[in-house]
Amino acid sequence: MAEQKIRVIVAKPGLDGHDRGAKVVARALRDAGMEVIYTGLRQTPEMIAEAALQEDAHAVGLSILSGAHMELAPRILELLKANGQENVKVFIGGIIPDEDVPRLLELGVAGVYGPGTPTDQIVKEMRAAVAGAQG
Amino acid sequence: MLDLHAVLDGQRLALTRLLTQIENQTEAGQHALAELFPHTGRAHLIGVTGAPGTGKSSLVNQLALGYRKTEAPKKVAILAVDPSSPFTGGAVLGDRIRMAALSGDAGVFIRSMATRGSLGGLAHATAGMVQAFDAAGYEIILIETVGAGQSEVDIARLAHTTLVVEAPGLGDDIQAIKAGILEIADILVVNKADRPGVETTERALRSMLQLAHPVAHVFRHHGQALDVQATAPESEALWLPPIQRTVAADGQGVPELLAYIAAHRVHLEASGDLARRERARLAAELDQRLQDALVEHWRAGAQAGELEQALDALLARQLSPQEAVQRLLNGRKG
Repeated sequence: MAEQKIRVIVAKPGLDGHDRGAKVVARALRDAGMEVIYTGLRQTPEMIAEAALQEDAHAVGLSILSGAHMELAPRILELLKANGQENVKVFIGGIIPDEDVPRLLELGVAGVYGPGTPTDQIVKEMRAAVAGAQG
Repeated sequence: MLDLHAVLDGQRLALTRLLTQIENQTEAGQHALAELFPHTGRAHLIGVTGAPGTGKSSLVNQLALGYRKTEAPKKVAILAVDPSSPFTGGAVLGDRIRMAALSGDAGVFIRSMATRGSLGGLAHATAGMVQAFDAAGYEIILIETVGAGQSEVDIARLAHTTLVVEAPGLGDDIQAIKAGILEIADILVVNKADRPGVETTERALRSMLQLAHPVAHVFRHHGQALDVQATAPESEALWLPPIQRTVAADGQGVPELLAYIAAHRVHLEASGDLARRERARLAAELDQRLQDALVEHWRAGAQAGELEQALDALLARQLSPQEAVQRLLNGRKG
């Protein structure tokens, strides 16, 4: 395909209201030429999966600072699968304890990024994961 | 690859994949559109345009809620178009933020779209995506665009009913509503009407309207100009754009706005404008596709370097562009 734009949902599930990190990542992805659908604060897993479906997204980026990642991530993966979108790559950024990272990856999360991760790295890994899923 | 039965059946995964193919203007997408064409032409297309910050997304959200919260809810599709960055080609599309209230309703489908640079291409893709929604059974299709130029005017041409949204306190009122944008308005909305300056904005719109619609000056035998508001649009052959105040944040004025949209639809059907607009739109599409196909046909049969030679001759002023075209076309027959 001549020009396959990468479309990414950036969402903040849960109840904490700090969206600075999500916005920084959204900008970085835009600057890397991606189309970012920013859905805002306090999204339920259902809302995020619905957005991914309607937008035919390649990837979903979740910003989670509340500590609820072990509940939210599996639920979102499950909903994406139920919608027939098991190809959609899920990335998590935020405050994630080290011991949870392998468990999240095992569940099917494509990448986990803590504070201070260079945005270049996120862009690069997201591109690679999406290319792998489409190929 | 694309399951068109599933699209006609209203299955959302099939629809979302089709929308992507149309947006990317792939061959599969074009082929699907051709197949789906007999199933289109049923939806009411409503364009919503206006300067950034006028509250278009919130208004679209309210309109969609209005169509859903009736005794006979209509299926609503929303196509929200935002600009791509001209430097990176990327985009941040944020219209969904204001539409969270529509989430979880299977009768609503929201799709965000970036302009991706090419103007003609955008209008093409938008028209195709709207047809896909139409074929999938969405009865109301809201197309939201930033009212900033020709591309928006082109998209508005798709719509049966175009709303131009303005808000008080955005600086120079006249600046925000350039004549070109105003002329496409079927209904003018003054959103954020709970803010100071709403009278000024409305007055500015009213005077602009009189400039944009000189035909609206219908004089009765008393020699008294008809008040724009006083006309009953659905019974007149001529539609005079009404001005409606709204507060999209809490839904004020939205029922009245929905009534105006319904009245405009009735007017379009009664006056024959609906058929006329549809004919003009299809004529334009046919013309464009015919041009593309003819050029393609010519290229397919062209000799290698034929075009380059003609260009060289033009550059050397040995041929005029008119003669070059004649030669290129005639050379084929000989």
